[in-house]
Amino acid sequence: MGNVFKKIMIHIVDYAAGNLASVERALKKLKIPCRVSPDPEEILKAERVIFPGVGAAGEAMKVLQSRGLDQALKRFVASGRPLLGICLGTQIILDYSSENDTPCLGILPGEVRRFPQGHKDREGRPLKIPHMGWNRVRWLRDHPLIRSLPPDCEYYFVHAYYPVPAEEQKVLGITEYGFPFPSALAFRNVVALQFHPEKSGPPGLALLKAFAEWEGQDVD
Amino acid sequence: MLTKRIIPCLDVRDGKTTKGVRFLNNRDIGDPVEMARFYYEEGADELVFYDITASAEKRGIMIEVVRRVAEEIFIPFSVGGGISSVEEMRAVLLAGAEKVSVNSAAVRNPDLIRQGARAFGSQCVVLGMDVKKVRPHPGLPSGYEVVINGGRVYTGIDALWWAREAEQLGAGEICLNSIDADGTQEGYELTLTAMIAEAVSIPVIASGGAGHPEHLFQVLTEGKADAALIASMTHFGTYSIRQIKDYLRERGIPVRYLW
Repeated sequence: MGNVFKKIMIHIVDYAAGNLASVERALKKLKIPCRVSPDPEEILKAERVIFPGVGAAGEAMKVLQSRGLDQALKRFVASGRPLLGICLGTQIILDYSSENDTPCLGILPGEVRRFPQGHKDREGRPLKIPHMGWNRVRWLRDHPLIRSLPPDCEYYFVHAYYPVPAEEQKVLGITEYGFPFPSALAFRNVVALQFHPEKSGPPGLALLKAFAEWEGQDVD
Repeated sequence: MLTKRIIPCLDVRDGKTTKGVRFLNNRDIGDPVEMARFYYEEGADELVFYDITASAEKRGIMIEVVRRVAEEIFIPFSVGGGISSVEEMRAVLLAGAEKVSVNSAAVRNPDLIRQGARAFGSQCVVLGMDVKKVRPHPGLPSGYEVVINGGRVYTGIDALWWAREAEQLGAGEICLNSIDADGTQEGYELTLTAMIAEAVSIPVIASGGAGHPEHLFQVLTEGKADAALIASMTHFGTYSIRQIKDYLRERGIPVRYLW
């Protein structure tokens, strides 16, 4: 069993956006070989890619474009190999973010919206923005990445913006914060999470482990 | 629904965990990395490390503790205590902390909050506040005064004003510690906590006074806190995180469970 991951290598896209080291530490704990790389050529040739990120969409897009990582990511996704987006990485794969009016990668049709000012829960109590802390993800359908997880449990979120794909079928999981918002997306060889699996304890680590074993096929 | 966070606080001196009553009589109780792992496995939602090392030359020991903790636990944790510059904040975050908390240094130099928020994002910057109840007067209308340097120095600053000011400067969260309640295990300062939590729109972590699960229930309802800091009640094995969460869940407070 010790050799299961021997040949597997995950590349983590380095674009100077936050939580790279925590993703790397989590994979290290799981004994999954990984490499943090800012090099588009390397990303393009990778077996699997994690696209993480914390920060603002506008800044992030600038860095991605200046390093040629925007094109590399698009071509990588087109190759059919597995990609995992996390937080800002998840938002950036959509067409557009309302954060500083930023055009994004357009790998998946849809947009990124901010929780509204004066956001309230269903009982009318004010909700704080950013949405920060542990909240439940309700999975809407089956997917290879979530089969080893409990059906409903909490994951760690820190964000003020959330992804809205154009097609509802691309939503894999939803989370309640005043209203239900898409907290996990899945389409073909891509899974994209608004929460942080690397900070979500055992279920988060289980998700990362499942990604390392995933060949990029959806259920159908 | 967003759950209420239960956050064990580890006071660390020269690389060892300690816990004192009202900031005095600290005694060593263990290795912070071991304790962090224990709490992680028990279902703590987040951890707070407070470096009470007096001397700056021993600061490196704390960074090493942070690095080792980050390799072992996969929930957010914050580090505070004596942090007074953006460079020190950066060192803690690079070592693997999710958040950094500033306290006395932010009172002396409020711009530290703004600089930290600009460099790392508001979600990384926690304002730690130590507060003492005083007789209200025109200079301290709320009747709560900010104290610094581990409770030794009165600042003449009104706690309510400072909380609002810190939010304006870019703090992402407030960790509010009542000096009067700290270490007593007789319950949180509910009046203070509710007053601050209602005055700001960033999350407030209540600190000081937890001794029984009922105290957490009170501060998360009446006290309007988003999270509750605990120390003595779990450090010495009186309660487990699970027992506290069971108690809260039975009373309708949303909490996170391990699976």
